[in-house]
Amino acid sequence: MTYLIQGDDGDWEVVIGLEVHAQIVSNSKLFSGASTAFGGAPNSHVSLVDAAMPGMLPVVNRVCVEQAVRTGLGLNAKINLHSVFERKNYFYPDLPFGYQISQFQHPIVGEGVVTLDMPDGSVREIGIERLHMEQDAGKSMHDQDPKRTFVDLNRAGVALMEIVSKPDLRSPEEVGAYLRKLRSILRYLGTCDGNMEQGSLRCDANVSVRPKGSTELRTRCEIKNVNSVRFVMQAIEFEAERQVDIYDAGDTVDQETRLYDATTGETRSMRSKEEAHDYRYFPDPDLLPIDLSQEYVDKIRAALPELPDAKKLRFIDDYGIAPDDAGVLVAEQETAAFFEAVADGRDAKLAANWVIHELFAVLNKSGLDIDESPVSAESLGKLVGLIADNTISGRIAKDVFEIMVAEGGDPEAIVEEKGLKQITDTGAIEGEVDKIIAENPGQVEAYQGGNEKLIGWFVGQVMKATGGKANPKMVNELLRKKLS
Amino acid sequence: MALDEATVRSIAKLARIRVADDDLPGLANELNNILGWIEQLNEVDTDGVEPLTVVGDAQTPMRQDVVNDGDIRDDVLANAPDAEPEFFTVPKVVE
Repeated sequence: MTYLIQGDDGDWEVVIGLEVHAQIVSNSKLFSGASTAFGGAPNSHVSLVDAAMPGMLPVVNRVCVEQAVRTGLGLNAKINLHSVFERKNYFYPDLPFGYQISQFQHPIVGEGVVTLDMPDGSVREIGIERLHMEQDAGKSMHDQDPKRTFVDLNRAGVALMEIVSKPDLRSPEEVGAYLRKLRSILRYLGTCDGNMEQGSLRCDANVSVRPKGSTELRTRCEIKNVNSVRFVMQAIEFEAERQVDIYDAGDTVDQETRLYDATTGETRSMRSKEEAHDYRYFPDPDLLPIDLSQEYVDKIRAALPELPDAKKLRFIDDYGIAPDDAGVLVAEQETAAFFEAVADGRDAKLAANWVIHELFAVLNKSGLDIDESPVSAESLGKLVGLIADNTISGRIAKDVFEIMVAEGGDPEAIVEEKGLKQITDTGAIEGEVDKIIAENPGQVEAYQGGNEKLIGWFVGQVMKATGGKANPKMVNELLRKKLS
Repeated sequence: MALDEATVRSIAKLARIRVADDDLPGLANELNNILGWIEQLNEVDTDGVEPLTVVGDAQTPMRQDVVNDGDIRDDVLANAPDAEPEFFTVPKVVE
């Protein structure tokens, strides 16, 4: 689906590239032995290296390098065996060194690709430009004191991966799909926990517009640090329309950094042009280049988990479930594993339905994650089994499920105890059918006179009389036979 | 390459060094002398030679991913001017 903005003289297309900062999952920081744990007392997770005390030297964390390589492989990207840390110089109180150790000319990961399955069934391939490692900065607090800014360096030096996409995204929806897919891949890989609220996944968006059909790239604005997928989408929508309005008025867009204000839904200018940064990158003389062997990379590749795209294909092929359902089930590794346990040796389509519709409804309502589910995969599997072998009807199954959610318990035991087994005995059902027919001569006449819709009413009466336990298919067949 | 006064002023600003306008010509002259001296290196033919940023061919030493540092807040803040008990403080920065 094409996303276009209507201007005065025609339609405009929006061009978006994203820079995602993902905090690497590691115990200690990129260049020091201080903890990366979230929520420590201020300045407690800080070593003398992180505070940039004179004479302190950085030493790179082995696991952070491995995580960056693993992520690159998960993004189908080229791994650069030779990469270099450089100093990005700028002055800010939460950056004790006066520079950020980052990678510039020689990042650890080169070009890759992320595949998006859009809701309309189309598939979009979004290019990855690069991935590099860098240090996070500390946290400034401006609201603690009227005249001073307080600085906490707990985050300073924590390892980040900056994942830069190509300007391949064309709508807020694609941006949302890209961020969700990226987050899913990172979580499968175990290289970033993807928690946007705690800031372990942050996103800057480069946005520009151009007349529909044009291939030029116009001046872009960078929207900084938006902390939810929904806000990123809103920010882009606002920013694209703002730029179209500027061109419509005959002006030009200034390249600048803008902030998104979630309360007003608008973006506003953050830095003026005259203060444009001059980062003066140069290779950090305190750190040797990172040289990896192909064997090292191959070893990491061999240990990669099954990723969402591959898992989705397998679910479609092996279980015969619909692509949309498979997409929902593989978004989180835990959900996929739960589904596989439910479907194990059972009707997989039925299992998918129950996980996606019934279980998700319960989880969403109570705000629970799948690993907090009140119903275990084993119990839900048993319930699906009971439906599949006709022990209970789908309708009764919903009642049993409600009991399982509210009180727990084994579905087989619940069905037994409450006497919910489906009546599949022809004789028993026939008795009820005959009774209903005998008690309602008027309806019978109407049905036989051509009002065939009445069959539903008859089925309902029999189901009511049997407490919902009669097999609906058998009831239907018997009624049709006897009424014809 | 010669630095003009405007460039020297911008370098001073990037380095957070306050330089009075009167001092700019003298500084520009001194810096140009240093640059001129270094520019003699351009006379060496370096065609086909990779830039050398590290002397020697040592492998990067890497750390294990263990927490063995930190929890030294008082040491970290010991030399900080105007520190709060738990924080560094600086004159208010609002962007």
